[in-house]
Amino acid sequence: MALSGMRGLSVFISDVRNCQNKEQERLRVDKELGNIRTRFKNEKGLSPYEKKKYVWKMLYIYMLGYDVDFGHTEAVSLISAPKYPEKQVGYIVTSCLLNENHDFLRMAINTVRNDIIGRNETFQCLALTMVGNIGGKEFSESLAPDVQKLLISSSCRPLVRKKAALCLLRLYRKNPDVVNVDGWSDRMSQLLDERDLGVLTSVMSLFVALVSNNIEAYWNCLPKCVKILERLARNQDVPQEYTYYGIPSPWLQVKTMRALQYFPTVEDPNTRRALFEVLQRILMGTDVVKNVNKNNAAHAVLFEALALVMHLDAEKEMMSQCVALLGKFIAVREPNIRYLGLENMTRMLLVSDVQDIIKRHQAQIITSLKDPDISIRRRALDLLYGMCDVTNAKDIVEELLQYLNTAEFAMREELALKAAILAEKFAPDLSWYVDVILQLIDKAGDFVSDDIWYRVVQFVTNNEDLQPYAAAKAREYLEKPALHETMVKVSAYLIGEYSHLLARRPGCSPKEIFTIISERLPTVTTSTVAILLSTFAKILMHNHPADPELQEQIWSIFRKYESYIDVEIQQRAVEYFTMSKKGAALVDVLAEMPKFPERQSALLKKAEDAEVDTAEQSAIRIRSQQQTSSALVVTDQRPANGSMPTGQLGLVRMPSQNMEASVQDQPSSRDQELSNENGSINKVVPQEVSSADLLGDLLGPLAIEGPPVPAGPVEQKDQSLLSALEATPEAAGPLALAIVDDQPNSIQPIVNIAERFNALCLKDSGILYEDPHIQVGIKAEWRSHHGRLVLFLGNKNTSPLVSVRALILPPTHLKMELSSVPENIPPRAQVQCPLEVVNVRASRDLAVLDFSYAFGTAMVNVKLRLPAVLNKFLQPISISAEEFFPQWKSLSGPPFKLQEVLRGVKPLSLAEMANLFTSLHLAVIPGIDTNPNNLIACTTFYSESTRAMLCLIRVETDPADRTQLRITIASGDPTLTFELKECVKEHLVSIPMHAPPPVAVPVQPQSPVTPAAYNDPGAMLAGLL
Amino acid sequence: MIHFVLLISRQGKVRLTKWYSPYAQKERTKVIRELSGLILTRGPKLCNFVEWRGFKVVYRRYASLYFCMCIDAADNELEVLEIIHHFVEILDRYFGSVCELDLIFNFHKAYYILDEILIAGELQESSKKIVARLIAAQDSLVEAAKEEASSISNMIAQATK
Repeated sequence: MALSGMRGLSVFISDVRNCQNKEQERLRVDKELGNIRTRFKNEKGLSPYEKKKYVWKMLYIYMLGYDVDFGHTEAVSLISAPKYPEKQVGYIVTSCLLNENHDFLRMAINTVRNDIIGRNETFQCLALTMVGNIGGKEFSESLAPDVQKLLISSSCRPLVRKKAALCLLRLYRKNPDVVNVDGWSDRMSQLLDERDLGVLTSVMSLFVALVSNNIEAYWNCLPKCVKILERLARNQDVPQEYTYYGIPSPWLQVKTMRALQYFPTVEDPNTRRALFEVLQRILMGTDVVKNVNKNNAAHAVLFEALALVMHLDAEKEMMSQCVALLGKFIAVREPNIRYLGLENMTRMLLVSDVQDIIKRHQAQIITSLKDPDISIRRRALDLLYGMCDVTNAKDIVEELLQYLNTAEFAMREELALKAAILAEKFAPDLSWYVDVILQLIDKAGDFVSDDIWYRVVQFVTNNEDLQPYAAAKAREYLEKPALHETMVKVSAYLIGEYSHLLARRPGCSPKEIFTIISERLPTVTTSTVAILLSTFAKILMHNHPADPELQEQIWSIFRKYESYIDVEIQQRAVEYFTMSKKGAALVDVLAEMPKFPERQSALLKKAEDAEVDTAEQSAIRIRSQQQTSSALVVTDQRPANGSMPTGQLGLVRMPSQNMEASVQDQPSSRDQELSNENGSINKVVPQEVSSADLLGDLLGPLAIEGPPVPAGPVEQKDQSLLSALEATPEAAGPLALAIVDDQPNSIQPIVNIAERFNALCLKDSGILYEDPHIQVGIKAEWRSHHGRLVLFLGNKNTSPLVSVRALILPPTHLKMELSSVPENIPPRAQVQCPLEVVNVRASRDLAVLDFSYAFGTAMVNVKLRLPAVLNKFLQPISISAEEFFPQWKSLSGPPFKLQEVLRGVKPLSLAEMANLFTSLHLAVIPGIDTNPNNLIACTTFYSESTRAMLCLIRVETDPADRTQLRITIASGDPTLTFELKECVKEHLVSIPMHAPPPVAVPVQPQSPVTPAAYNDPGAMLAGLL
Repeated sequence: MIHFVLLISRQGKVRLTKWYSPYAQKERTKVIRELSGLILTRGPKLCNFVEWRGFKVVYRRYASLYFCMCIDAADNELEVLEIIHHFVEILDRYFGSVCELDLIFNFHKAYYILDEILIAGELQESSKKIVARLIAAQDSLVEAAKEEASSISNMIAQATK
């Protein structure tokens, strides 16, 4: 099909296609560009047709990849042409050539607006399309109201409205203020009733964007979405043209389920039931079919349904069904399904309780690590990374190490980082960790960032038991003929620090050690030379009884490097040489490195910060969420080398008068270390518990030994090194004391405790408290007047937490019994402490957990409110109108029935309030109160003294003013009635201090059964107030 | 959301580009170059998704042409894969068994059609019938304008005879 009537364009395209090579093509294009430029210069002589033709040519040339830096004005000016053909070209070419940041677009805003508000439907479509595709902030501000009008207009045809919906979506993305939340929640709800599926598809996209920013405003739309899903997936009620390979608009189904995933939960039991019915149908009813397109579309819907099921945290049965499906998918031949199976399994890791089922597929996932498709390999890596825990870490990490041999370069760094992180986190014993990291450096040295070897040094330094092992391993690696330079660095470092621990083993005398290390000296770069010099200095220090020959060899190396070109090395050589002549002083200066303060792994931080593939990021996000959520690693058995350095930490914890002694042999902070190393302190930098600086993590302490570092640490070090020569080491002790003692209250919670408590009042598991060292989670089960809570105490550190104490201070109405809490929590372990609760009577008094532990010198003590609150002893009960009314009537008046008008209520829609009630264990029963603005809820309260006690609640709201309502509560126990009313009130009234306290207005209870009397609650409320 | 749509031939020639997220001209060229390298080299039996710069590119090959759409990592890949096919089916219906040459010489038609299927990087219309009807209506509008123009010039010619 040739271009009708645009011969010039066809000829040009043919010419370009006939060019033999790129050079010819460029010549032809340049000639054409020249031609167009001259034609545009005297625009007067151009007919609309010619203008159109040249503008198309420009777009074609642009598409070929040539710069087209002129003619934008002409393209934009066509938009204001009166005739459709020119206008169409103007709009399309403009939206292809320009992007939203272009100045030329501003020229067009008025014309575009005129087209949008004009009567010509085809012009409206063109304008909406362009604004929808490239509209920016300015368009957003000036056009949004007009576009909204078109979307909700009843006189516009679907073809305009669907474009308006997406155009508005674009404008909303550019500036969310253009959609005013208040008015839109009702409007959106109406739009979702749309019958035309084209419009509905577009509206649903808009809805997804709106709801993702503000769920609260759109609760009313939730049932509508479920209805749409029912219409499509269950009733298949769509016109033929909207089915795609027999599937009712798969895209709309996907979008609708996407929207539903933004709502935290579906509380209304009927809606929930309907939704799960549809989801179940999708999960069960999707088969693999031959037709690719049908298969894809069906699985697009299926995977979205899976995501929704996961989000809704369905019953365990349905979850296992999902995992089973995914397990099937990761083994199929179709690569797309395999890819998505792995991807969704990774997402599934977020759901508790299914990890064990996922682990059953480990072998298959490891197979996918060898898939020919890199996309699939990445997913498999991500999933393995996500599913790794103490039970399978050994297998997974070893697989990763093996894969490292064959993996392509693009993946090696990611692989190395992930293997290192997993090894660190889940090491069943620390020697294994050292093995893994050393292997990693050996196999993929180029891809191992410095953080990885810094970290292993930290671990070895902080764990005394590990030191001889690490030194021996390092010694082994140094035997190898070819060694990656990073390996030389880490080995030399470890040998320098700890080789004296091996002195009696064969081949490990200072002399032998010196020989194997000095062999490396000629082949390494400057930064490694610096480390080797330090190693030599350390060997020299351990040279007892003095071997004059060894001393002379080392001295000659120092002398050789005194004139080295690199200033850092020169300085080290000079200083080490001078210091070593001082004999005994050397021992103090070059003492073993002190322990590093505990901190977050720099690797993990790096993994979080790094700009890496989403693939990676997603998993890391999942992993880190697990870290901060209740899913701390549980180590059932103590690490193999279980004698964790409690003793040494004990030294650090000692009160200050004892510090002097301990500083001598185990200085405890980085600053002291510097002082010891150098003999004096020039600057005392207050040490932060967790350094935000990635490099600071290790470079600070390693600066003496490590490669030259830019910025602060170096300067500081230089200064101190200079003065080191004159100073005496004895000065260090007392000075150093001041620092360690300087941080008693530095440990702050990293969660908002009040918020956590409030959240836990409404749900049964979550985090109660967290600080840099510990995380306290809670999981509760409630059965009538009994409660069983489990406290999860998770140690986030690599050293144990000691002196852990937990004491319960129960109020009089609760009997509580806490099982014993271990005094120490091993590194990275989580201990569970069950807590039994019995409710004696209704009361809102709170139980308090008095919790403390010691870390380093710091003693942390917090008092946490426990969410064993009144509403936990409620059990929702659904009763019929026939049962309700007699009960309601029989409980007439105070003290059994209390009524109160609440003001300053958090403005909640009825749906939101119903949700709140459901989380308070109050069953909302629709249909009893005929007034749609009222809410009836029932529940039973359990306590030892009263046993089951029925409670009835009625809330009358005023649709005109959501900040006030009237609540009536009735039960057979006056205390319960009062306490329950106060409890519900606490949740309804917003907390802010400036809000007026709710005023209680005693009202004579009226017979609630006469619906006629409640026709206008607004008026009634007004009368009451 | 779909950030951009690319049609690339097996030789790496660009046949259509549509950008729904703002990319400057230089970036556009770079993106095309990167993705051509990534996608054209992939074997036939691999999956239709490529992870790239934190996004995902869903692509599908039809004869000598690769249709690529770039989406967010969390988007539904298969849904977008079928948007591609939906687009291809509509092109096919419009041109009558579409081939690369149709898209080369009538690239502007491909743009018109794409604009009826996607706006703001979201699916606008999933009925092939309706899209076909709207495109036909546009064509007849252009035709009508042309006829009108030629009849006017005829009239002028008549009058000046």
